[in-house]
Amino acid sequence: MVAVFFAYFALVSIAAGVLTVSLKNPVHCGLALLALLMHVSGLFVLLNAEFLWAVQVIVYAGAILVLYLFVLMLLNLKADERYFHASYPYFLGPALLGACYVIFLLIRSPYAGVKGDVPDAAVLEHGDTYAVGIKMFSDHLLQFEIIGVFLLGAIIGAIVLAKTPKSIDSMNGKE
Amino acid sequence: MVPLSAYVAVSAVLFMTGLLGVLIRRNFIIVLMSVEIMMNAANINLVAFSHYLESMAGQLTALFFIAVAAGEAAVGLAIIIVVFRGKVSTNVDEMNVLKW
Repeated sequence: MVAVFFAYFALVSIAAGVLTVSLKNPVHCGLALLALLMHVSGLFVLLNAEFLWAVQVIVYAGAILVLYLFVLMLLNLKADERYFHASYPYFLGPALLGACYVIFLLIRSPYAGVKGDVPDAAVLEHGDTYAVGIKMFSDHLLQFEIIGVFLLGAIIGAIVLAKTPKSIDSMNGKE
Repeated sequence: MVPLSAYVAVSAVLFMTGLLGVLIRRNFIIVLMSVEIMMNAANINLVAFSHYLESMAGQLTALFFIAVAAGEAAVGLAIIIVVFRGKVSTNVDEMNVLKW
């Protein structure tokens, strides 16, 4: 059953990714990106990461994608733009060959590593959110604080960048 | 039970798609969307390894990645608006003011 869900989420997310890259209308690209994000969040559920599923749906699909769609609406792009790089067929061939080779290597390679201290049973006992919270507010507290400062800087930077610049005349008139 | 290599393969395919999008698309907004695809591919990898190696560190890193992606999208879209105000275009070929 898990394999069926995995196949569905994997295939649809790959298809949505290809559509995001290849569709012409930017709004359609945004909607394909929405489908991609939703199906990737489905993969997270299969991996026992429910908290990340919620974060993916709320932050990515709810906030970031809406931001993209708002900018698309505000810019009101013309349809007569050149869409692809002039020599894109030359990129396409090597990329497909490279992808096939990389996938071949990835499927064949053995994966091993040092096992951590949070097995499935421990995650399922109190839920994923509990496990993430315990870990975040003990071992990763400094990263958490840094992310807070980073987001504040990003907000201020975005506001300052996108602000309508004052005209030079009005600045002279004030002085 | 789905093997770990299946998740890694899906993530690799998504990453290649995003990389191809960054290389061949000329619309700045679609280029940023392709960057988001690549970030999602990296997140799938992190969460899959976190699950199979029974550690929480991968999930936390994915969480921080999502926060960084939010900041990156906000600043990137602000840059698009600034460039669009001056040039009335989002074609990356025409954004060459810093080139000499």
